[in-house]
Amino acid sequence: MAEIGETRRELALDCFLLAGKILMENGAETYRVEDTMIRMAISQKMTHSHCFVTPTGIMFSPTEEMATRFVRINDRQTDLERVALVNAVSRRLVAGEYTLQKAYEELQVIDQTNYKFHIWLQILAAAMASGCFLILLGGSWSDLPFAFVFGGTGFIIVETILIQTRVKFFAEFIGALAIGILALLAVYSGYGTDLDTIIIGSIMPLVPGLLITNAVRDLMAGHFVSGLSKGAEAFLTAFAIGAGIALVLSF
Amino acid sequence: MNWPLEAFLSFLAAGSFGVIFNTPRKTLLSCGLVGMTGWLIYRSYVLVLDDTTQASFAGAFGVALVAHLLAKKFKMPMIIFSVAGIIPLVPGSKAYNAMRNIVENNYLEAITYASEALMISGAVAMGLVFAEVLMQLFFKRQAKRIQRKIGMTQN
Repeated sequence: MAEIGETRRELALDCFLLAGKILMENGAETYRVEDTMIRMAISQKMTHSHCFVTPTGIMFSPTEEMATRFVRINDRQTDLERVALVNAVSRRLVAGEYTLQKAYEELQVIDQTNYKFHIWLQILAAAMASGCFLILLGGSWSDLPFAFVFGGTGFIIVETILIQTRVKFFAEFIGALAIGILALLAVYSGYGTDLDTIIIGSIMPLVPGLLITNAVRDLMAGHFVSGLSKGAEAFLTAFAIGAGIALVLSF
Repeated sequence: MNWPLEAFLSFLAAGSFGVIFNTPRKTLLSCGLVGMTGWLIYRSYVLVLDDTTQASFAGAFGVALVAHLLAKKFKMPMIIFSVAGIIPLVPGSKAYNAMRNIVENNYLEAITYASEALMISGAVAMGLVFAEVLMQLFFKRQAKRIQRKIGMTQN
């Protein structure tokens, strides 16, 4: 009987850590990850558990007699659908609609499935966002095709380099550099009119908006370790984009 | 200023960011609406009072309020709605101008732009957090009131 209880608690731990890992990998705030894990733990009668979440790893310490577990988080992306799905599973587990086994299976399915929109749809979205921002920031309608095409191109370049090298900083630098060169060519050839708005509109899809928001939210909630490291990531991204553009402008 | 056009463009821009961040399919329209709210509040504030920092605060505050209500409605994390919504408020052009002036050795002007960009991003973050804290206070009080009511009816 004690044996069954032990495996059940191991399963519970696996379940919490998997939920935390998926949330952290896909762009949830730190306080949400901790809150979700603690709520799930309380629903499984582990009332004195503690967890410590950073952007690169999660530590979870259940009750006194069990060992602390750790899970490493290697790559982070933004996939808010997974965040919503894990949130739904944890709500159901806490409400008692799901058993632990069922919840763990659901989480594994979420971890394996690819929910992303098709890559061409994402590129189209990036291009559309660039075009919209060009007009919103006061650009002229004749520049619209340039922002549309360059925004999409920059997004393609960043995604391709990310798949090839996994170095985010480098990918964003090259993407911004390409956008800058293309915009400069468009204006020098006489077809584009305003270099500044074309560039600003086109780099908008690369701006680290999610990271900045999350960093500040984490800092305000008292999660200083993750707040500072996410802030550093956002700063590096912004710096990479700025350096790419600055390199073009210095010619 | 062309109101319907700006409303439509900000809606489209925020919706596109929803696709890039892969928000759940059924919330894409709401994401666009949140972005539109933020941008329209920002623009009207700039037109009336001509202060971009305060306008960014007001815009982010509006975004967070609407995002919180939608999060309650859809029973999903608030971040899904707020992220796409604040993208139009990010001070991209100020940061770009700061970078450009640094490259052209106009350091004084660069500092002006950079500090403005810093102030605006701070204001956006403050707007988000303030709205969230207020909503939490409000909903906690409401929940307590409901609990009391239920308690009274039971007695």
